[in-house]
Amino acid sequence: MSKSEQNAEVWQTTLKRSTLSLGLWSGSWLLSTALLAFGPRFLWQFDTLYSLLALMLNLGVGAVMIRANIRQVQAMDELARKIFLDAAAITLGVGLVCACSYGIMEDIRLISFEPDISHLMILMGLTFLVGVLAGNRRYR
Amino acid sequence: MKNRLKVLRAERDWTQAQLAQALGVSRQTINAIETGKFDPSLPLAFKVARLFGLPIEAIFQDEPAQGQSLQPAAQR
Repeated sequence: MSKSEQNAEVWQTTLKRSTLSLGLWSGSWLLSTALLAFGPRFLWQFDTLYSLLALMLNLGVGAVMIRANIRQVQAMDELARKIFLDAAAITLGVGLVCACSYGIMEDIRLISFEPDISHLMILMGLTFLVGVLAGNRRYR
Repeated sequence: MKNRLKVLRAERDWTQAQLAQALGVSRQTINAIETGKFDPSLPLAFKVARLFGLPIEAIFQDEPAQGQSLQPAAQR
């Protein structure tokens, strides 16, 4: 096997491994968030100690997920990184603008319910997904 | 930026996948560079030059924007 083939294999293996790691830690973070959200009510009847432990678990797993995300970006090649960066920039902009407007909407009585952070998370997730798909289509 | 990547690759009878493998990038990246949709970074451009055994300027040529000259200010 030539050196370039070995390098390519190493690069592809690293990318696959980091993608798998990111998927696993994202799933774990989701589970720990579910535990934090529903555990106090359904599992330990709002016991402060257990709630604090669940919170620490959630933050810890979240930190590892962020680290996995950074490793994933580092493992990408430069075009994939550009697509990711463009999508992240659009997501940041949309998130900021919509969060401001959404927060004000209740105050000025355009909506009758309290703004929910989960709506913003869904919007940002979808924006990022569309950004990545559009970037991949652009550089196809 | 214009480039001769497609021509040089064809001369060596390499596929985009083979070139991508040699450079440690995706086939999508090679395609985007060849079609001029994406300009490679300086390290990747050097890697391409090393692979083809040519100076960078023999592979990549700058395309100045309209009305912009590349001549040093003193010569204008």
